[in-house]
Amino acid sequence: MHNKTIAELAKSLASGEFSSEELTQHCLDRINRLGDQLNCFVTVTDDLALQQAREADQLRAQGKAHPLAGVPLVHKDIFCTNGVKTSCGSKMLDNFIAPYDATVVNNCKQANMVMLAKANMDEFAMGSSNETSFYGPVKNPWNLETVPGGSSGGSASAVAARLAPIATGTDTGGSIRQPAALCGITGLKPTYGRVSRYGMIAFASSLDQAGPMSRTAEDAALLLNVMAGFDTRDSTSVDQAVPDYTATLNDSLDGLKIGLPREYFGEGLDGNVAKVVDEAIKRYQSMGAELVDISLPNTKTAVSTYYVVAPAECSSNLSRFDGVRFGYRCKDPKDLEDLYKRTRGEGFGPEVKRRIMVGTYVLSAGYYDAYYLKAQKLRRLISDEFKQAFEQVDVIMGPTSPTVAFKIGERMDDPVAMYLSDAYTIATNLAGLPGISIPAGFANNLPVGLQIIGGYFQEGKLLNVAHQYQQQTDWHLQTPAGFE
Amino acid sequence: MDWEVVIGLEIHAQLATKSKIFSGSSTAYGAEPNTQANAVDLGLPGVLPVLNEEAVRMAAKFGLAIGATVAKHSVFARKNYFYPDLPKGYQISQYELPIVHDGKLEIVLDDGSGKTIGVTRAHLEEDAGKSLHEDFHGMTGIDLNRAGTPLLEIVSEPDMRSAQEAVAYMKKIHSLVRYLEICDGNMQEGSFRCDANVSIRPKGQEEFGTRTELKNINSFRFVERAINVEIERQIDVIEGGGQVVQETRLYDPDKNETRSMRTKEEANDYRYFPDPDLLPVVIDEHYLNEVRKTLPELPGEKQHRFEKHYGLSAIDAGVLTASRDMADYFEAVAKISNEPKLSANWIMGDLLGALNKNNLELAQSPVTADMLGGMIKRVADNTISGKIAKEVFEAMWQGEGDADTVIEKRGLKQITDTGAIEKIVDEIIANNPEQVEQYRSGKDKVFGFFVGQVMKASKGKANPQQVNQLLKDKLK
Repeated sequence: MHNKTIAELAKSLASGEFSSEELTQHCLDRINRLGDQLNCFVTVTDDLALQQAREADQLRAQGKAHPLAGVPLVHKDIFCTNGVKTSCGSKMLDNFIAPYDATVVNNCKQANMVMLAKANMDEFAMGSSNETSFYGPVKNPWNLETVPGGSSGGSASAVAARLAPIATGTDTGGSIRQPAALCGITGLKPTYGRVSRYGMIAFASSLDQAGPMSRTAEDAALLLNVMAGFDTRDSTSVDQAVPDYTATLNDSLDGLKIGLPREYFGEGLDGNVAKVVDEAIKRYQSMGAELVDISLPNTKTAVSTYYVVAPAECSSNLSRFDGVRFGYRCKDPKDLEDLYKRTRGEGFGPEVKRRIMVGTYVLSAGYYDAYYLKAQKLRRLISDEFKQAFEQVDVIMGPTSPTVAFKIGERMDDPVAMYLSDAYTIATNLAGLPGISIPAGFANNLPVGLQIIGGYFQEGKLLNVAHQYQQQTDWHLQTPAGFE
Repeated sequence: MDWEVVIGLEIHAQLATKSKIFSGSSTAYGAEPNTQANAVDLGLPGVLPVLNEEAVRMAAKFGLAIGATVAKHSVFARKNYFYPDLPKGYQISQYELPIVHDGKLEIVLDDGSGKTIGVTRAHLEEDAGKSLHEDFHGMTGIDLNRAGTPLLEIVSEPDMRSAQEAVAYMKKIHSLVRYLEICDGNMQEGSFRCDANVSIRPKGQEEFGTRTELKNINSFRFVERAINVEIERQIDVIEGGGQVVQETRLYDPDKNETRSMRTKEEANDYRYFPDPDLLPVVIDEHYLNEVRKTLPELPGEKQHRFEKHYGLSAIDAGVLTASRDMADYFEAVAKISNEPKLSANWIMGDLLGALNKNNLELAQSPVTADMLGGMIKRVADNTISGKIAKEVFEAMWQGEGDADTVIEKRGLKQITDTGAIEKIVDEIIANNPEQVEQYRSGKDKVFGFFVGQVMKASKGKANPQQVNQLLKDKLK
C-alpha cells in the first residue's frame, strides 16, 4: 500500500480494495517501525488519524466523499492544528496546543484527508538541513548520515521513506524544493498568494508559501487542488479561481521553450549534479522542447537580498514569542526585562537568534536605507528580470540545489555555506514565482533535483512539464534501501 | 526675556467601528477583561490581520472634512516594541504613507479672532491592550479587549502659540469627529486622547526650541494646565541657565506638574517597516465621491446657515454649532417654539448656566429639547411671562414634568383677562395716592413702582403688557 501514489490510493479506496482505516493503520505501523531512525516527526497523531480514517470510510460508504477522502498525509509542524501540539520545531512552542486550524489544514479536513503526524522541521523554518530543530536533526532515508535538506526536512524524509504518501511543506527560500531535491521527491512551491498563509506560523511573511510534497507531479496536482484558493483571512492570498491542476497534466510539450539561465550552471555547481541536470534537459529536448540560453544576472544578489528581507520580517514576526500569552516562559522572572530576555534567550535556538539579530540590525535607524530599502530595490530588479525572461520562454530550468545531500554537521559552523545551498531557489521566492523540484537522477548515490520555474500562476504548466518527464523516467519511483 | 510658545498636538481618536481594525472582535467598551479578544487580537502564532473597511471610510471622511489629501495609496507599517499589552510585539500603524495628509482647521479664539491650524497628517493604527497594575499583588493583569481597536492619530503642525489655542484646536477636532460620527469623543473612556509637543523660543527667533512631549492629558482642562505648567518649567530651566532636554513627560493632574518618563536616549528604535501581511490601501476618486456624499453639514456651514436662516448673530451661531449635540438641540427647540432667537437666548443663558453649574453634558440635561421648546412656546403665546418662565424652567430641571404640567400644577398661567387685571390696578392706584400724585407731577420713574406692585399683587401672573397699558391709561 505504501508504495502507491495518492492517485492510486484514491482509486483503491474508491474501489473498496482497502479501507482508509486499514491504509491508515498500515502507515502508522510503518511510522512506528521506521520513523525513529529518521526522526521525521514531532508528533504522531495515531488516535486522531484512525478516527478521521473511519469518518472518511463512512462518508465513502454514503457516496459523499471527496476523491481524496481517507488518503493519509503529514502536515509540517508549522501549520496550526486545532487541539494538537504545533511546535514549529522550537522549544518556544514545545507546549503550544493550537486552538485553531490553519486554512491549509482545514482545507485538507474538508476533503476528509487523514492527518498521520506533524513533521519535524528547522526551527521556525530557518535552516536548509533540518538540523536547527529543537527535536534534533532529521535524517535523509537515502543515507542516514546526510541531511534531508530543510526546512521541510521532516515532510521530505517521510514521503521519500514511504512513511506517508504525501505531505504539506512551506517554502520561504527553497524550503520545499531543496529538501524535495535532496530526498528524491517532488515538491512544489506555488505562486505567492495561491495558498492561504492563515494559521501557518510566519517566518518571512512576504516570502512564505505552502505547497505539496509528494512522490509524483500528479499527486502534487491533486493535493494542490485541495490546498489552493482565496482566503478572506489572508489579505495576501489572491482572489483567482483555482483550476483543476490534473486537467492539464497530459498537455503536449511540443514546442515548449525552456530557458536555461547561465548563472544557474556556473561556479558553485557540483559537476556530478550538473551532469544529471544536463541529462534531464536533454530528455526534454527529445520530447520536443526548445532550449533557450538566457541570463538572470541578478541571481548573484539573490542570497544577500534574501538574507536582509527574510531576517527583517522574521525579527518582527517572532516578537510575539515573549512568554506572556503562550509558549515557553522562563522560570521565576525577576521583572519584565528578565522575562523577555530569558524567555527568548532560552526558548530560541542559535540560528533563529542569529536571524532575529540580523533582522533587527537591518531595520535599525540609520541602517534601514542601506540594507532593507536597498534589498527591496534589488528584489524589484530580480522580479523584473524574471518577467523579461518569461517573455521569451515558457519555463526556466536548472538544478534545485548546487549539491546533493551533505553530511549532518558539515555546514553547521558555516552559515554562509549553508545559505548557498538555496542559491537557485531563493530568487523565485523574492519574485513570488512558482517553482517545482522533481527527481532527475543520482549523483554519488544521492538524489538530484531538477528545478522548473514558471510565470505567475503557472502551477498547471509546471505540473504538466514535470508529469510528462515522470511519464518517461522512473527516478521518482526509486525507493531508498530499507524503506521498500 | 519674552518667550514664544510653540505647541503641536497629537490626538488619538478611537474610531466608532463595531469591530476591530484587523479582526472581527467587538469594540464595545466595558466588557469583562479578555472577552473581546480573539485569536488575531491575542497575536497567536499564524494569525493574520484583515483590514476593516469601515475604518478606512471613517479616516477618508475626516480627511475630506479638513480639506486634506486622502492618499490614493497608503501603507500600513509595523512599529516594533515589546510591552505585555502589545500582543504581537509590534503595533500596526502607518508611517511613511499615511491615509490623510495636509489638511487644515479654523479655530476661533476667545476674543473672537480666528486662526488656521495645519493638520500634518492623520493615520490609521490599532490600539494596544491595557495593563492593570492595581488589582493584582506583585503581578500585572493584561486586558486585551482594547487591543486592535481602530485609532485615527491626528497630528497637527506646530502652529499653536498658547495653551488656549491648543485647547481651542482640541475642542474643534473633538467637535468635528463627533459631527462626522466617526468617534464618540468620550474622554473618560479614553476614546479621545491627546499628547502635546511643547517648546519655547525667544520671541522673534525662527528656529524651534527643544521640545518635550506631554502624555496622559485627557481632558480639555488638563491640556491647558499641563501645557502651562510645562511652559513655566521650560522658562525656569532656560532662565536658570539650563537646557531643555528632549524627552517624554507625564502630566500628573493631582500635583499639577509634569515629570520625565524617558529621554530621547532611552526612546525605542521602533524599526518601522511596511507590514508584509497587509496590502497597500488604494483609494480611487469614485470611492472618495461616495464618501463625500455621506459627509454631514460641517460646523462652519452650519454656523452660516444658523445666521442666515434663524437670524442669529455670528457669536450665537458659533456657540450653538460648537457641537452637533448643541446644534441639534437648538434646532429642535426652535422648531417646537417657532422662536429661534428666544430659543438661542434660553439655551445659551439658563440652560448652559444650569449645565455648567451641575457639571453636566448637554446629553445629560434633565430639561430636554422638547421640554424647553414647549416652555418657550408658552412664553410666545403669552401663557406665561418671561419671568414666570424662569420658575417653570427651574421646576422642569427639578423633574416636575414638562412646561404645561408645571404651569398647571403651580397655577402659573398668566392673567390676561383685562377685567381681572383692571381690578388689581384700580386697587393699587387707590391704595397709593401719594405715588399717584408724584407721577402726575412729572416723576415718570414712579411708574415702575406701580408695575411692581401690580405684579406682586398678581403673584407675577398678570400679563406685563396689559399691566403697562392699563396703568398708563388710568394714571393719565
